[in-house]
Amino acid sequence: MSQTSYPLDLLYHPEHDWARIAEDDAEHAVLGITWYAQDALGEVVFFDPPAVGTTLVKDSSYAEVESVKAVSDVVAPLSGEIVEVNEALADNPAMINEDPYGEGWLVKIRLSDSSERDALMDVATYTATLAG
Amino acid sequence: MSSTTPPALRRTPLYDRHVAAGAKLVDFAGWEMPVQYEGVRPEHMAVRKTCGMFDVSHMGEIETSGPGALELLQCLLSNDVAKIAPDGAQYSVLCREDGGVLDDLFTYRLDAERYLTVTNASNHERDLAWFERHAQAVDGVQVQDAIDAWAMLAVQGPLAREIVQAISDAPLPARMRAEMRRLAGVEVLVCGTGYTGEDGVELLCAPEYAPALWDEIVRRGGVPAGLGARDTLRLEVCFHLYGNDLSVDRGPIEAGLGWCCKEDTDFIGADAVRAVRERGPAEKLVAFALEGPGIARQGNPISGGGEVTSGTLSPCLGIGIGMAYVPAGHAAVGTQLEIDVRGKMRPAVVKDKPLYRKGS
Repeated sequence: MSQTSYPLDLLYHPEHDWARIAEDDAEHAVLGITWYAQDALGEVVFFDPPAVGTTLVKDSSYAEVESVKAVSDVVAPLSGEIVEVNEALADNPAMINEDPYGEGWLVKIRLSDSSERDALMDVATYTATLAG
Repeated sequence: MSSTTPPALRRTPLYDRHVAAGAKLVDFAGWEMPVQYEGVRPEHMAVRKTCGMFDVSHMGEIETSGPGALELLQCLLSNDVAKIAPDGAQYSVLCREDGGVLDDLFTYRLDAERYLTVTNASNHERDLAWFERHAQAVDGVQVQDAIDAWAMLAVQGPLAREIVQAISDAPLPARMRAEMRRLAGVEVLVCGTGYTGEDGVELLCAPEYAPALWDEIVRRGGVPAGLGARDTLRLEVCFHLYGNDLSVDRGPIEAGLGWCCKEDTDFIGADAVRAVRERGPAEKLVAFALEGPGIARQGNPISGGGEVTSGTLSPCLGIGIGMAYVPAGHAAVGTQLEIDVRGKMRPAVVKDKPLYRKGS
């Protein structure tokens, strides 16, 4: 299992999801779940990815991750359309535990409303919610 | 005075050991219990390959003693209690008059007129009240709540007996036997029983001795395992979990537990059980495996009727497995099922029990 970490370059959603928007590409975001979320879930044994082309609505569930014990909804931090899914997770879902911000990314979306990012938290604000 | 604070969770004598080992603790039937330490999968595999150890001190015990003990237990328990030899053990269910299952239980015969019955934590108070109520109609019997008198460890796996034998003053009792031994200097009721499908023992001792016993077995290679692994292990070998696969809404015949019901002993519920056995149950509990990806969970409905009562990903088989009640006509091994897993129809097939066989 990975060490606790919350990268500085991500935007965070209160349901323990992250979004990465590259500086040179404001049109797209890569999404995943945070270290806190994967730790609470335990070893991920199944990720059922939505299809490319699926529309995500901010704050709504778009996928499920499952540990041996439980199933957990993954909430969209931003709205958009899926352009790519992490196919490697089908064979190795535990990457979500081992590298939640890297190899364990879930989907890439084309953003439908670039102003939504303003509602997300920076790392300091997000980690403060975990301390409470 | 009223308070909105939830009641404090009970802790076993091994609570400090769990915290020190980094366990994830959860509320289980009012007890603060370890669901996992390192992870469900490694703990599961430790039990299958070497030796795992579970703190199951949350389970309850009821001691029934006196010249009327056999009469009372024969009236309450579904199995033939007269068949339990001294130092023997027996599995049974506790039924209501209508055959609904109140609990499933192991009973150990400690002495000629002294029996210890192990209850599920969630049912202990109800079981105890049921025992006490029916004891009033039997002469010469004492029913005693023994939950505070015993801690309980389950040591399970191919190396479990070897590890426990090394600290025992005498050969360990055989499977389905229960005898007092001194383990590492501590008086322990050693039972040749378990809930994992592996060889092993269950150890009952006074709570104050449990931490030293735990430490000694860890030192000799017992891997602490949580309730998460306990659940995946029991489901691979199709042992029932009360609250999932057993409830007051269904009887033992439906659950496939007719083998531990001896209606001729006239236990409470025997008439209802006999009637279902004779006409055949409308539903049966089956084991299933998914044929593709996905994990079915408790409560998932099945096309054509029925529902999943237990489901998980099998660490040994690598596929979604579980148990479900289905209409009796859909219960034959090989029958195709379609399970509604949160809106996705997943194909599954009825399998032989157990789903996993020791050493396979």
